[in-house]
Amino acid sequence: MPTARLRDLRVFPGFSLLSVGCVVFLYAPIVVLAIYSFNDGRSVTRWAGFSFRWYQTVFANQNIQAAAINSVVIAVIAATVATVFALGAAIATVNGKKGGGEGAYVVLTFPLMVPEIVTAVASLVFFVAVGISLGFATILIAHIVFCIPFAYLPIKARLESMDATLPSAAADLYASPAKAFLRITLPLLLPGLVSGWLLAFIISLDDFIITALVAGPGATTLPLHIYGMLRLGMTPEVNAISTLMLAASTVLVLISGLLGQAGRKH
Amino acid sequence: MSARPLALSSRIPPGLAHAGLLWPSLGVILVFMVAPIAIMLTYSFLVPGAYGGVEWTFSTAAYEQILFERDFLDDSLTFTPDYLIIVARSLAQATIATLLCLVISVPTAYYIATRSDRVKNIWLFLITIPYWVNLLIRTIALLFVLRDDGPINSALVDLGVIGQPLALSYNGFAISLGLIYSFLPFMVLPLYSAFERFDFRLLEAAYDLYASRRVAFFRIVLPVMRPGLIAGSLLVFIPSVGSYLAPDILGGGKTLMIGNLIGTQFQAARNWPFGAALSMILLTITLIVLVWLARRAAQQQQTN
Amino acid sequence: MQRAIIQPNPTPPADAKAAPLSKSSSLPVQHPNSVAAEVRNLRKTYNAGTPHAHEALKDVNLSIRANEFFTLLGPSGCGKTTLLRILGGFEMLTSGTCRIFGEDVSRLPPEARPVNTVFQQYALFPHMTVRRNIAFGLEMLGKPRAEVERTVERMLDLVHMTDYADRRPDTMSGGQRQRVALARALAPQPKLLLLDEPLSALDLKLRQKMRLDLKSLQRETGITFIFVTHDQEEALAMSDRVAVISNGHLQQVGSPEDVYEQPQSRFVADFIGESNLIEAKVAGVTGGEAALDIEDFGQVHAPIAERVEVGQQVWLSIRPERLVLGAGHSDGQGPAKVTDRTYLGNAVEYHLRVGKHALTARSPRGGLRGRQDFAPDDLVSIGFEPGSIKVLLS
Repeated sequence: MPTARLRDLRVFPGFSLLSVGCVVFLYAPIVVLAIYSFNDGRSVTRWAGFSFRWYQTVFANQNIQAAAINSVVIAVIAATVATVFALGAAIATVNGKKGGGEGAYVVLTFPLMVPEIVTAVASLVFFVAVGISLGFATILIAHIVFCIPFAYLPIKARLESMDATLPSAAADLYASPAKAFLRITLPLLLPGLVSGWLLAFIISLDDFIITALVAGPGATTLPLHIYGMLRLGMTPEVNAISTLMLAASTVLVLISGLLGQAGRKH
Repeated sequence: MSARPLALSSRIPPGLAHAGLLWPSLGVILVFMVAPIAIMLTYSFLVPGAYGGVEWTFSTAAYEQILFERDFLDDSLTFTPDYLIIVARSLAQATIATLLCLVISVPTAYYIATRSDRVKNIWLFLITIPYWVNLLIRTIALLFVLRDDGPINSALVDLGVIGQPLALSYNGFAISLGLIYSFLPFMVLPLYSAFERFDFRLLEAAYDLYASRRVAFFRIVLPVMRPGLIAGSLLVFIPSVGSYLAPDILGGGKTLMIGNLIGTQFQAARNWPFGAALSMILLTITLIVLVWLARRAAQQQQTN
Repeated sequence: MQRAIIQPNPTPPADAKAAPLSKSSSLPVQHPNSVAAEVRNLRKTYNAGTPHAHEALKDVNLSIRANEFFTLLGPSGCGKTTLLRILGGFEMLTSGTCRIFGEDVSRLPPEARPVNTVFQQYALFPHMTVRRNIAFGLEMLGKPRAEVERTVERMLDLVHMTDYADRRPDTMSGGQRQRVALARALAPQPKLLLLDEPLSALDLKLRQKMRLDLKSLQRETGITFIFVTHDQEEALAMSDRVAVISNGHLQQVGSPEDVYEQPQSRFVADFIGESNLIEAKVAGVTGGEAALDIEDFGQVHAPIAERVEVGQQVWLSIRPERLVLGAGHSDGQGPAKVTDRTYLGNAVEYHLRVGKHALTARSPRGGLRGRQDFAPDDLVSIGFEPGSIKVLLS
């Protein structure tokens, strides 16, 4: 029998190459976009030197500023409200308690299963039918709705990984249920809460299609504004603002990841 | 000792506390998502109003409009394939995207799952970041790269490889690429989780019984991973079939998919019942796929 | 273990929260004859009224004395843990009463009862150091900071964990965590200490050491310990009294000797130690002694306290180590043959067949000290040490 070279049994040939290719494929377009945002010239094809001028334009632009502030404010409020609601829901449905636990879970993760465009138009129809005028408030409500499942899942996961006898131990040691929650459950849940909040924040910040349909005149978010800019043509300003959003998302993911690592060391 | 139910106050009866915790979330979702969809269902059986909105007259015209055009002179119906083509295109694009994502994701997820812990985390990090980056931005980035005067074409023209820029954008190809680009991380991460739980001793047993690498992969690894593959496929297929941004930005308005069609009805075209009917169709497709694939995953569990 | 510094008279916590229980009552001294805990007609049914109803405890009556090391013993699922949880307030009883030092606690939540628990998996708070864990109960009771710190130091000293005071639970071994759990439960000076199989996760040597430690800890602190275990050896070794529970029923309560030597039912005879259980028929009763016919064997005599009738079917319980084997078949009995011989190190075990009965005899190191050794297929005669036959009616 010819001597076969002993390799790790689990390795399949070509997989490593494909994996690298996959990552390159995922990053190449955004890296290229980012690089060209520093191109001094207007032309997309010719490199005219390194420059921040497009960023300066973007930062000076009042509309962009307003849209960005809107986006952040909405994201903060939506993420916070969603996290609070989701916390309650997670506590109530932990470990599949009776009382419609399964049904509740389906409803809570419902927004994740419906295609975004359907959610978008349904929300629009609803607001109009009920008579709520489209604007800041409708964006906020719609965001809270789809942020809840994103906050709910990490919180629930964290809650279920918690030793279920700890609240009993706290009660045994004379803690009232409120004290037990504040001193024991909440501190242990904190990584999940932060994770959930960050997830909800990013999701809200990034949303386009739902926001596009329920926003009224005058209410705009950054993604909406960028889309509007794009309609007028692919300009270096679009590059710049896109790269900024990219950087913001990346930073948020990094923070979330680092917190996750720190939490795991506990 | 099993747990005492988590309670917030001994003064509030547990049932009430439970409800108080749960119902804000349930309520918000029921009121602002489930009710709206019910309203949409109703609207799909109504007639478009003169200035947008609806008129309360029962009619199945919206659904008919998907297949037929009503000649308003003699009220006869002629079959128009236009909308059906859009639905078919959506399904086709979603299927292609899902299959190609599978081809790319499975080896990638497997590879990552078989690295050492430290390396694993680095890979996961790298895959996770695009996952969370704004979909709009990523689609714009892809457009930037694929355009006629984008970097790829410019480079190829400059190098003399081609004379004319390749039509990489504003067509079906770009949409496919866009869908794959958008939803690839959605598949890699769950697949990775599934592979993490794979029992590699099964592989050892296969090799012990003289299986080649190819046989081992296709007849041992993949079948065991089927539930994970199905779950990952759902995560790509469903957003793909209802995708709005990819066909809109990358397709150039000529290659519409259901998502765009629906959007237009509520913006420019002002035909809400038609849009509602289309949404119901999309929702039904989604549900069918969900249930069908979920059942296949469950069957797999039973035979295991 | 060092001399406990906890007062044998635990001063009740000064801060009485929502609890109507006499935390502020003057019941500091645990008189040896006062009743620490009492349950009357206790019933616990899970899912009552549904098809899945399960009666975990059926009409249990139990009185636990102050200062005592009391063990609830039984196989898994017998209800012993349920009973403990009812005492602790983690489960609500379905009917009956539950009193702790005279006060009805049936409606009180755990935080209102002067009872502390050592949980099976310890349930130490992972985000707190050992010190903070031990201090928790005292903090919840609103004790002044100085007193809390003093008590924590004493507790750390008591369980020899002073060096680990600022460590987190996840960096410690099972035995260390167990000691912290103990210290945490003792710090608030409870009237009752509940222990839910605290030794089951430890390895043998550590378990044996902890048995002695727990026993002496109980004696020194004078706190009533209620201990749950399925390990009958543990129960016998540590307890002042043992309650044997099976299937929700209280089978027998007594000292370890009582329960071992005088089992009152087949279950107890079989569960505690090992026992031969043989069917027999009452042939006659004279005075306090009964003559009993064993099929295929012959007649034996045994003391009997209950009233029986001639011809009544009873069960005889004899411990394997109380059988005396002699070489060769004896005429007064049915033939007994050795079917198996197993060397156990400190004893030799013989399996015997007598007609339809299978018996086990155990003899310390057969072959030594004049005791005879037997081989499979040997015929033997069986004798019973005086008083070793227990007559059981159920």
